[in-house]
Amino acid sequence: MLLIRCPYCEAERPEVEFTYAGEAHIARPADPSALSDEEWRDFLFIRTNPRGRHFERWRHMHGCGRFFNAVRDTVTDKFAMTYKAGTPRPSDEEIALAVSASSAATPAEEARP
Amino acid sequence: MSNFRIAGKGRVNRSRQVRFSFDGVDYTGCEGDTLASALLANGVHLVGRSFKYHRPRGILSAGSEEPNALVGSNRGNGRFEPNTRATVLEVFEGLKTESQNRWPSLTRDIGAVNDALYMLFSAGFYYKTFMWPKSFWDKVYEPVIRNAAGLGKAPTAPDPDVYASRFAHCDVLVVGGGAAGLAAALEAGRSGASVILCDEQSEIGGSLLSEPTAEINGQLAWDWLEDTNAALAAMPNVTVLPRTTAIGYYHQNFVGLCQRLTDHLSIVPDGAPRERMWKVRAKQVVLAQGAIEKPLVFAGNDRPGVMLAGAARTYLNRYGVKVGNRVVIVTSHDSAWHAAFDLAKAGVEVAAIVDVRGTVPTQLVAAADALRIKTLIGWTITGTKGRLRVSSVRVNPVTTGGKVGGAETIACDALLMSGGWTPSIHLFSHTQGSLTWNEDGQMFLPGRGKEECRLAGAGKGRFGLKAAFEDGAAAGAAAAADAGFTAQPASYHVEGELSFTGVTGRELPTDRDPGHAKAFVDFQNDVMAKDIRLAVREGFKSIEHIKRYTTNGMATDQGKTSNINGLAVASDALKRPIPAVGLTTFRPPYTPTSFGTFAGYNKGELFEVTRKTPIDGWAAENGAVFEPVSLWRRAWYFPQVGEDMHAAVARECKAVRSSLGMFDASTLGKIEIVGPDAAEFMNRMYTNAWTKLAPGRCRYGLLLGEDGFIRDDGVIGRLSHDRFHVTTTTGGAARVLNMMEDYLQTEWPDLKVWLTSTTEQWSVIALQGPNARKLIEPFVEGIDLSEGAFPHMAVATGKIFGVPTRLFRVSFTGELGFEINVPARYGRAVWEKLFEAGQRFGITPYGTETMHVLRAEKGYIIVGQDTDGTLTPDDAGLSWAVGKTKPDFVGKRSLSRPDMLVPNRKQLVGLLTSDPKTVLEEGAQIVLDPNQPVPMDMVGHVTSSYWSAELGRSIALAVIQGGRSLQGQTVHVPMPDKVHAATITGMVFVDPENTRLSA
Repeated sequence: MLLIRCPYCEAERPEVEFTYAGEAHIARPADPSALSDEEWRDFLFIRTNPRGRHFERWRHMHGCGRFFNAVRDTVTDKFAMTYKAGTPRPSDEEIALAVSASSAATPAEEARP
Repeated sequence: MSNFRIAGKGRVNRSRQVRFSFDGVDYTGCEGDTLASALLANGVHLVGRSFKYHRPRGILSAGSEEPNALVGSNRGNGRFEPNTRATVLEVFEGLKTESQNRWPSLTRDIGAVNDALYMLFSAGFYYKTFMWPKSFWDKVYEPVIRNAAGLGKAPTAPDPDVYASRFAHCDVLVVGGGAAGLAAALEAGRSGASVILCDEQSEIGGSLLSEPTAEINGQLAWDWLEDTNAALAAMPNVTVLPRTTAIGYYHQNFVGLCQRLTDHLSIVPDGAPRERMWKVRAKQVVLAQGAIEKPLVFAGNDRPGVMLAGAARTYLNRYGVKVGNRVVIVTSHDSAWHAAFDLAKAGVEVAAIVDVRGTVPTQLVAAADALRIKTLIGWTITGTKGRLRVSSVRVNPVTTGGKVGGAETIACDALLMSGGWTPSIHLFSHTQGSLTWNEDGQMFLPGRGKEECRLAGAGKGRFGLKAAFEDGAAAGAAAAADAGFTAQPASYHVEGELSFTGVTGRELPTDRDPGHAKAFVDFQNDVMAKDIRLAVREGFKSIEHIKRYTTNGMATDQGKTSNINGLAVASDALKRPIPAVGLTTFRPPYTPTSFGTFAGYNKGELFEVTRKTPIDGWAAENGAVFEPVSLWRRAWYFPQVGEDMHAAVARECKAVRSSLGMFDASTLGKIEIVGPDAAEFMNRMYTNAWTKLAPGRCRYGLLLGEDGFIRDDGVIGRLSHDRFHVTTTTGGAARVLNMMEDYLQTEWPDLKVWLTSTTEQWSVIALQGPNARKLIEPFVEGIDLSEGAFPHMAVATGKIFGVPTRLFRVSFTGELGFEINVPARYGRAVWEKLFEAGQRFGITPYGTETMHVLRAEKGYIIVGQDTDGTLTPDDAGLSWAVGKTKPDFVGKRSLSRPDMLVPNRKQLVGLLTSDPKTVLEEGAQIVLDPNQPVPMDMVGHVTSSYWSAELGRSIALAVIQGGRSLQGQTVHVPMPDKVHAATITGMVFVDPENTRLSA
């Protein structure tokens, strides 16, 4: 079971408190009627589905109830960082910084023979 | 009955004898025995028949890796478990056990004919034999194979046991209580870290329990063990859990431990849990799981009496049991020599040590000579004899060129083998940690880890006691340090180390045709070396495919004793090195684990929450039959004496249409939407227009997904300009609130709106029928109920029976109706007062079935029954509920996508069967021409279908392609009895002018 950090509660909580809510940073168009059928199709259905880093939304359903964003690796399931809804997509540097900050608290990930 | 117990040996309690039975024969064992050790002490090796060939099988190992010795165990009072490993089952007074997979008896088993027919059952036999004639498959082959398949018999009665579970957090979790694990726990415990040490065995100690003569820091092993256990017990920060298996290692150091609490007890205390699942979140984990001995692969290596050498040593040293009177050792590893020495010293005749290696450490040969044990170095074993117990072995010299010489036969009653040791990397593998192949040791070792985890001791390929202690101490100290504590690992002095060199055997050389050798690799699934070679010949190259085709390693033991041997055989056949062939992935659970442990407390009434309304108790007391609706239990109908469901529903329907019915609608989802922007929020969420809805009025609201399909509906009342009382479907409440929160928080955070679930705050009583107003008028304060002041779709606050109410004038029946919302705690009282006062109108409580009939008579849809996630408002005939002039709402843009506008979309219509007595099956398919060839063109299906007492005939709703334009046409509904004709109609069957709503 994953531990997920809620950026509103500022605490790590077990996965069972959260629900997944799909890919992040797909804003609803301000005026859907201005979109072509293809553009609207892309908004509705087309997702990146990456192998690796994924920007996604979670909701702290059985906690504060807030929706927030997360960067998670779809191969390892590891969360690089979480951040509040409405904040822009973090840059590579910001993500790297968040990862190193969290691994500074714990020993480096490596084989320890 | 011969006694194989050796005086002065072992740790079992000789003074506490226990009686148990196996296949109806009574035996005596000692407290501390496993079933396996107790049977061996009685000279019993034959304990089961193999899975596929029904070959007689004995006890292979002394631990949880056992593939052969699976028995049915009966602990009394309905506590029966199949496939219990005899090597881990502790005997107790009164234990009853039985062998499996044999008929009529273990010694005479009809199924053993499979062994003679083995050519039929080679790898992948189910893909290629039994194929012809084709018609035989369903009637002959499949039933016979099904009947023969499987091991053991499943219990038929419900599991009477209770299971516990708990969460735990610790700084350091140590898995394995052998030398390495104990050393790790000691270091971590001394550092002050909170420690959990678990071990699957009944006693902590691991291999130390089989090494009584080793000396650790000047103490005999068992003395050291006793002191160490006492030291750990004295540390308040250390929890020691014997009989506890770490079954799975999950993300972020979340480890599942299965603790067996009562299986070893003769008398189980009332209510005591059988097992407990520990869900441990550890800052650091030390895996000290040790190593598992490998069998050797040669013809006849599966006979009863053929056993792993290390296991024989354990039975001797830990349980005081000799596994035979005249044993032969065959090995490629030093460790088996020590088994020979220990047995010889205990008075067992060791007929020969056959070592397949060309050279052996000289001190071993010298020790063997001193004990007058014949040694055959550079020899191979090419066969065994003995039907129910090994009686002799066939051995041959092998020249340096690899040529196998003439055979010799050696009589024996036990054959002990060792093909070296495999580090137990299962849990590390669960973490997706990478493995590296160690060519010297011919073993996979842990590589790069993905969790805060260390391995120690033999589980990491550090063999020998000193290495295990010091590696464990280092791992424990480092884990404690990483968890924020300070520790300095101790050093250990060990006397009496075993010699521990060896090679991993391939299939042993033979002078016979290896294509006919019954040389087993996987004992539990009956996979032979030649099966693996066959798979390779047939083109399988990936070890994952070879595994599935041959089933090697797919049994409940997950190939603990077979994976590496299978890999070696495959590697030889593929002519590729082992690391290039790869290893299959280990998955949780490490050992078979009962479903009860996973279920824990979540069974019976606690399996799933049953939500009950405040009026539920009244319904139960008044004979309601209930049905589940999402998590709710709802009154389905209220049968009177002698009534079946049909009669009860007909009576309830008639009461509502003719006078008065009452219905518990409390399960309706309710959301309070409040704030200055509440109307704007409603406009954006729902299809309807809300701006002009006056306070005190209601509107039917329709909610779409962004894809334009109907998600939910319900009546929504506007209580004031900034407050809406939204109702949702019973099952949709949480989903709708989540969707609203999503839009509010992430798309329109600028809106000043607050959403609150009020489903459980209000009890709702639907009062429906022409006498509804007459009943409540005298009891309502503060609301003018007259038609002009309080018309259909009005809402107001006031009091009823002195209790605050939100009163809705709404109808889901087509009759004059009210939905009386009162605070939940008054629900039952108000219901009872209405019931009492309503007697003069013959008030009739009705359930969900009558509600369904009445609404279907009016063509009111139920979202999720008449819609299925592919219906637009227009498809459902609800275009009138869509605010055409609104610039936007959720799903609006999708309604103009080309696919949404095609004329032959499935549309909701009414259906009247030609035979009025026929009630169609819900879900039945609809065709236009019943005589068309199969497969027919299905144009839709029945969504709702009932008997209408009001009309004296059946009615139905259906979705049909272009249905609205087909009104009056006949369609056909194939059902099991016959094909029924029906006419497409409008959806409203009763009172299409809605005159009764305002009666």
